[in-house]
Amino acid sequence: MSDIADRVKKIVVEHLGVEEDKVTESASFIDDLGADSLDTVELVMAFEEEFGIEIPDDAAENIQTVGDAVKFISEAA
Amino acid sequence: MFDLKGKCALVTGASGGIGAEIARALHAGGAVVALSGTRVEPLEALAAELGEGAHVCPANLGDPASVEALPKAALEAMGGLDILVNNAGITRDGLLMRMSDEDWQSVIDVNLTSAVRLMRGVLRGMMKARWGRIINITSIVGQSGNPGQVNYAAAKAGLVGASKSLAQEVASRGITVNCVAPGFIQTAMTDKLNDDQKAALLTQIPTGRMGTPEEIAAAVRYLASPEAGYVTGSVLHVNGGMTMV
Repeated sequence: MSDIADRVKKIVVEHLGVEEDKVTESASFIDDLGADSLDTVELVMAFEEEFGIEIPDDAAENIQTVGDAVKFISEAA
Repeated sequence: MFDLKGKCALVTGASGGIGAEIARALHAGGAVVALSGTRVEPLEALAAELGEGAHVCPANLGDPASVEALPKAALEAMGGLDILVNNAGITRDGLLMRMSDEDWQSVIDVNLTSAVRLMRGVLRGMMKARWGRIINITSIVGQSGNPGQVNYAAAKAGLVGASKSLAQEVASRGITVNCVAPGFIQTAMTDKLNDDQKAALLTQIPTGRMGTPEEIAAAVRYLASPEAGYVTGSVLHVNGGMTMV
């Protein structure tokens, strides 16, 4: 796993309180990891801070899986 | 009880009678306060009166850029932002048949839109802290209506709906959102009424008197306190029994 993927995974584990091995690239925050809509907003906020980037609302809407987040951040960072 | 030590509070409309008293009450409870308003002079006078832990953050809530900048300015001045009191409000009274679009829009902009945008602006920090208090000062007329105040009553009723919705969105994060709805309160605004008008009003108020700004401020301090953590989405009416809802 890349450095970005590791940092994303760490944030997701900490924030959602889920087992590390459940945080796979295809895991959906809401369907697989038990996040609610407010959790997804907070995750985006946490990603923005960790990586020093801005994630616009329309992009945030499309970040539904761990892999989506890693892909967006890799392109933006 | 109702100790606010270590908390930072932004109060809008702090140059007015009720707003200044709210700021005094929160400050007396131990909170650091950011005083906002359009008129800098009374804000500075109040800050001087309060002494340490009072900051002046002027803003024109009719100007979107100014609204956007206010939470950041308050956060920088105080080093935190745990409590937001949306107290600022304007009136442009007149019968609807004679109400201009501008009189409608300016009241909606300042009393409703700016309050909602300030709530949005302070949420990020509160979500991270897992603690926050938002208190919106509405009015009894938002519930009862009042001839000549279609714009004002609509804005205040709108603020109640917004508060209840946001209260549900963020309750799980330790953030409460409540309203305080004053009835007739002794301020510069009500001082303008003549004796006949006042007497007519008082017949409608079971307690037989107007309220004081201190009585509104006490309600705000309660809702801002840790003890009020289980109260959210509510409207606390402080109106001497004028309208019991």
